[in-house]
Amino acid sequence: MERNLMKGNEALAEAAIRAGCKCFFGYPITPQTEIAAYLAKYMPKNGGVFLQAESEIAAINMVLGAASAGVRAMTSSSSPGISLKSEGVSYIAGSDLPCVIINVQRGGPGLGGIQPSQSDYWQATKALGHGDYQLLVYAPCSVQEMVDKVTLAFDMADEFRMPAMILADGLLGQMMEPVTFPERKTELPPKPWATNGHGFKREHNIVNSLYLVPEELENSILDRYKRYEVIKANHTEAESYLCDDADIVVTAYGAAARVAKSAVNRARAMGIKVGLFRPITLWPFPVKEINEACKNAKALLDVEMSMGQMIEDVKLAINCSKPVHFFGRTGGVIPSPDEVLGEIKKLSDSNQ
Amino acid sequence: MDHEILIAGFGGQGILFAGKLLVNLGLYEGKEVSWLPSYGPEMRGGTCNCSVCISDDPIGSPLVVNPNVLIVMNTPSLDKFIGKVQPNGLVIVDSSMVDSEIERTDVRVCKVPATALTDTDPDLKGGANIILAGKFLAECGFKSEEMIRKVFEKIVPPHKKGLIENNMKAIKIGMNYDTNA
Repeated sequence: MERNLMKGNEALAEAAIRAGCKCFFGYPITPQTEIAAYLAKYMPKNGGVFLQAESEIAAINMVLGAASAGVRAMTSSSSPGISLKSEGVSYIAGSDLPCVIINVQRGGPGLGGIQPSQSDYWQATKALGHGDYQLLVYAPCSVQEMVDKVTLAFDMADEFRMPAMILADGLLGQMMEPVTFPERKTELPPKPWATNGHGFKREHNIVNSLYLVPEELENSILDRYKRYEVIKANHTEAESYLCDDADIVVTAYGAAARVAKSAVNRARAMGIKVGLFRPITLWPFPVKEINEACKNAKALLDVEMSMGQMIEDVKLAINCSKPVHFFGRTGGVIPSPDEVLGEIKKLSDSNQ
Repeated sequence: MDHEILIAGFGGQGILFAGKLLVNLGLYEGKEVSWLPSYGPEMRGGTCNCSVCISDDPIGSPLVVNPNVLIVMNTPSLDKFIGKVQPNGLVIVDSSMVDSEIERTDVRVCKVPATALTDTDPDLKGGANIILAGKFLAECGFKSEEMIRKVFEKIVPPHKKGLIENNMKAIKIGMNYDTNA
């Protein structure tokens, strides 16, 4: 297959078209604007709709509408814009609708900055909006994975009738790497629940997130959580790199994992037994996989482009059975492999 | 050998385009490659830089912090990055734009008055970036003009097709520029 050189944002947009996405609603924000720009150009040529909404809030509610009609729909933004979308995401989850949301993270809080960051981990995995619900959260670490995970996100969202998020960052969105694309999807799973036209051939469907009787609301939530259990049991994903004999396991996702991998390779060349564990699904967190990866480790080092958010899931997943150290840069600063290597060496020395 | 290349200058000098040329050549050579631009306000006239990695192995961090090749097109960028270059690294300087002296003795320096060279021929207007890229290609022994042409055909936008020949001219000037003369 031909290897194309493409920016992460543009590759992701192309992958969405190939995955059968027919509606994109968005509002420009650095560093994700190339997604919207690409789709503005190519979505109409592929029989879909591109619409620049008047705001992020409008965009996410347009996604709700399109998803209700059974159409594959997507929106994308960067951190501050995702915060604006949170109400709509909660309504989408409460209505059991599938959709894909892209967050190309930048530094926060507030307007923050425009450089790459990973400080929306908590927002994505714990609380993007009110109520009892989860999003499927995928954390690609290369342009190829941006493509692969968007394709998967659409399929999983449809299968489990829930929103899925790609949690990327400015570095992955802006960089170019070789990438290959899957064939275009021509057949999508049927959506018998969709509120689309049917010519009076069936009972009408209702999409709704309002339940005034507490027991009915509770039942709708319990039903959703049963699906979450199926996902947790069957659909976690992670990469373990040189972990088998590792005394130290570095945990990192997305762009930080690439920096960490460079550091791990350099540390290995110096004879330090260190590996990398990289969650690819952030929700559900790959609990089995991390316990397997660090079974021989004496200590873990969590590396993030934030003040430390995933570290809480790392500690929970291993039940605090080993010390978990932390190194992070935040505000849009990308850690260097040397900095991470320094932390690995420090830990290695103290383990001797 | 792995190339960790940093190209730096002002927005508008074609920093990102020079990076695209090199990263595509790496791709055509069958290497693992990455290209990472500075983005945002920097693209619009401020200082601008671009990281290009070309390697036999998968690329870890695409952000080049310690380049083994630095191509610089203005003084602020030279001052900012010269201390970061790996020992024995290669530094290619547009000497018509940079007035700082390089005090390091553990790096190889090629001074090419690229911007001044473009003044000699209207075809070369705006081609200083490509002259410097040509010098880099010559320094690392890359000779295939045919492959370079193929890359230009790919990365020059269709409405600017006329510029392919100009770019080829600039590349050859860079490749043949003798810094020892």
